[in-house]
Amino acid sequence: MHKLTLTELAAGLRSKAFSSVELTQHFLDRTHQHHDLNAFITVSADSALQQAQAADQLLATGNAGPLAGIPIAQKDIFCTLGTKTSCGSKMLDNFIAPYDATVVEHFNSAGAVMLGKLNMDEFAMGSSNENSFYGPVRNPWATDCVPGGSSGGSAAAVAARLAPAVTGTDTGGSIRQPAALCGITGLKPTYGRVSRYGMIAYASSLDQGGPMARSAEDAALLLQVMAGFDPKDSTSVDQTVPDYSTSLNDSLQGLKIGLPKQFFSAELDSQMAATIQAAIAEYQKLGAEVKEVDMPNLQLAIPAYYVIASAECSSNLSRYDGVRFGYRCQNPADLTDLYTRSRGEAFGAEVKRRILMGTYALSAGYYDAYYLKAQQVRRLISDDFKRALSEVDVLMGPVTPNTAFNIGEKTSDPIQMYLEDIYTIAINLAGLPAMSIPAGFIDGKPVGLHVIGNYFSEAKLLNVGHRYQQVTDWHLQVPKGFE
Amino acid sequence: MNSQWEAVIGLEIHTQLSTKSKIFSGAATAYGAEPNTQACAVDLGLPGVLPVLNKDAVRKAVTFGLAIDAEIAPHSVFARKNYFYPDLPKGYQISQFELPIVGNGHLDIEVDGVSKRIGITRAHLEEDAGKSLHEDFHGLTGIDLNRAGTPLLEIVSEPDMRSAKEAVAYMRKLHELVRYLEICDGNMQEGSFRCDANVSVRPKGQNEFGTRAEIKNINSFKFVEKAINHEIERQIDVIEGGGKVVQETRLYDANKDETRSMRSKEEANDYRYFPDPDLLPVLIEESLKNEIRTTLPELPDAKKQRFIEQYTLDNESATTLTSSRELADFYETVVKASGGEAKLAGNWLTGDVLGALNKAGLEIGDCPVNAERLSGLLKRIADNTISGKTAKQVFDKLWNSNDSADEIIEKEGLKQITDTGAIEAIVDKVIAANPVPVEQYRAGKDKALMALVGQIMKETQGKANPGEVNKMLIAKLKN
Repeated sequence: MHKLTLTELAAGLRSKAFSSVELTQHFLDRTHQHHDLNAFITVSADSALQQAQAADQLLATGNAGPLAGIPIAQKDIFCTLGTKTSCGSKMLDNFIAPYDATVVEHFNSAGAVMLGKLNMDEFAMGSSNENSFYGPVRNPWATDCVPGGSSGGSAAAVAARLAPAVTGTDTGGSIRQPAALCGITGLKPTYGRVSRYGMIAYASSLDQGGPMARSAEDAALLLQVMAGFDPKDSTSVDQTVPDYSTSLNDSLQGLKIGLPKQFFSAELDSQMAATIQAAIAEYQKLGAEVKEVDMPNLQLAIPAYYVIASAECSSNLSRYDGVRFGYRCQNPADLTDLYTRSRGEAFGAEVKRRILMGTYALSAGYYDAYYLKAQQVRRLISDDFKRALSEVDVLMGPVTPNTAFNIGEKTSDPIQMYLEDIYTIAINLAGLPAMSIPAGFIDGKPVGLHVIGNYFSEAKLLNVGHRYQQVTDWHLQVPKGFE
Repeated sequence: MNSQWEAVIGLEIHTQLSTKSKIFSGAATAYGAEPNTQACAVDLGLPGVLPVLNKDAVRKAVTFGLAIDAEIAPHSVFARKNYFYPDLPKGYQISQFELPIVGNGHLDIEVDGVSKRIGITRAHLEEDAGKSLHEDFHGLTGIDLNRAGTPLLEIVSEPDMRSAKEAVAYMRKLHELVRYLEICDGNMQEGSFRCDANVSVRPKGQNEFGTRAEIKNINSFKFVEKAINHEIERQIDVIEGGGKVVQETRLYDANKDETRSMRSKEEANDYRYFPDPDLLPVLIEESLKNEIRTTLPELPDAKKQRFIEQYTLDNESATTLTSSRELADFYETVVKASGGEAKLAGNWLTGDVLGALNKAGLEIGDCPVNAERLSGLLKRIADNTISGKTAKQVFDKLWNSNDSADEIIEKEGLKQITDTGAIEAIVDKVIAANPVPVEQYRAGKDKALMALVGQIMKETQGKANPGEVNKMLIAKLKN
């Protein structure tokens, strides 16, 4: 059952080839069997089986939605009523939200079954899932390697077939980079397409939730449930959600693909370059035209990102003060002691680093030089994309500079780790949608192809991904031991 | 104040906007609920929650801006003011910093008959914090977040005031205005209208400002005056003693009538303001401004001017009668119902009615004598059915019963004697019985007349018209 697509699972449930309870139990068993991947922080077996029972009853009435009875899992950044939401942090190890995130509500009303909560870098800060309070996640393709991050548990769970499809969030690459490193399909929607209500904030102007699945076809079904205007999120956009599945098979004849020359500089690993070029050649066979585009400000993306994201996070994470919820230190001597020890003891090193950087960047005397400057750079980068996307339909390139690296390999050098996101970060600064799709392997480890589109062009991206997946089988590969 | 010195005062006034729900959440704003029963997930700053701006708070801010003739920013921005405090749930307050919704405006005040224009630098929207409760927790601190997220409009004046009296006049004027506009209930006990004062002194004639101290949270007109006066004296003492005023925040202690230092500039927080990425800029279209402009009530100054012209009231009466919208409306209803007795209505309202309300600690809205019953009384005064003196008696009865003035007059037999023959008989009787004052009057002692009038009024049980009595008495004595 774990080999079936979402469409096939939905058909199986309707034809009574299997029940949702059976299906749910099957994935719970796999989760248990592969728990050493550490993909889940919480497996909510009891509530999952209850949801599955309810879904089976609903399916019997014939009024069930497309995801009814299908097990999914949520990144542990989405608040779930009654189930722990840790955000990968010791700070929230005891936190049970009294409400569901809007995305979770959408899945619930679609009748989906939630298997549990997926591992992640603490507060979504990281590119390797090594910053989780709950320990690193292993990459199913090479278990001594990282799955990427911050949605590392999400990517590993889908790659290992522990869940048919899951959610992730992407602030600087946190859906696309792990999707690339684990050989799955991950889509970061346009900023404002998916509600952020109940999605624990890291950097509010960059965070965006999105689907992670095995194929573009499955991602389309998932995004259909996730997307839409939410009056509870002032930054969500009130724009009609198209039917993402109907345009999947549209022809790519005449599709204009832009290749940012900054993505293909001499520094790009030759094997990586060759793999990406091969994927682009496949698109040419499908009728696409390719041209080079120039995006001169792209190299400014990483410094701008780390100023803006850190600044926002330093403020967003102020609410974790040991007063109302979350971790509180033992026997605080006074108020300052309560704050400093609660935060000092419960935040991990990377979170502290970014809070410090952000606090610095916003401080009197530095604000103009850092925060304001970074916002100006952000506009320049957006303009680069606007210009490029006025000439072409989509941009393509690598998602990551390299394939999955060893656990521990980059932990001592934060700059090395930040460079992991060199190709993904600019897209968040511009607020554009982008996708990673499996495009080959280097030394047995997956490579992702980056497809970037214009605002609200998710349907086009999924169409571009799907057509490629009709003529390639990279997305069908299963890591050894997880068949 | 020592006459060589001049005080410079600017006020920051926090008005709580009277919206039904909070500025960024749907929780109720009603005062006095059990702790933490009016705080939802957003107010508690739970992980994942997001603010959504209450449009009514924006309307109320724009209403205020239009009323003080201010620039309304077509594009204003919410910013985060970052600091840690237990009753600040998110670790930041959502406020406005660089781009406030209301820009430059002004308000005219009057002190000792002299009018003065006070500049208003800006007014911005922000959320209130919760409350820390230090009592009843055995050394611990309790947090009540009911107030967290209550919408505030912080109104910042220019440093245009030169005395505590002017500051109080400005504060009263603002208080009157926000209540006129129905954007704030003005309840100072409940903290709906709070004041911080920036005070400095300088030698008279000097252009540069002195170093200022900010006095926090002064919550009554009386305390504002006392706190500012105290602070002016303190600063003069410091300077004359050879010291320097330091820039600091001071707290006014009403019990000791003194201000004391809270924190100095060096200890001041760096709030690390930056635009709140969870909220979009507030865009105010010309059409919204126009729409709100049409809903603006007649403002206090315009109303006062109209009262002076339309009802030929003096400045003082007109000022009193327009000091609240309710009182002004009450007055106009009485004038209309009494058939145009504008002067009489003015005298009665500013005198007996407000006096009685004051004594009873009531507002005009709770007046036991409504406009209709009061005008019933005024009509009987106007048509001479009762004398002014009797009217006071009737008013007392109106206050304590549900009867109309006519019913009271009838029941109590208070009708004025209009039969001149009957009055004449009494006048003659009193003249005959009081030869001494009669002689004194005839000898040129006008005062003696009063004794005779008093006697006559007594004989008629106050039912004779004192004017008539006077006239008749003088005529007879001159014979």
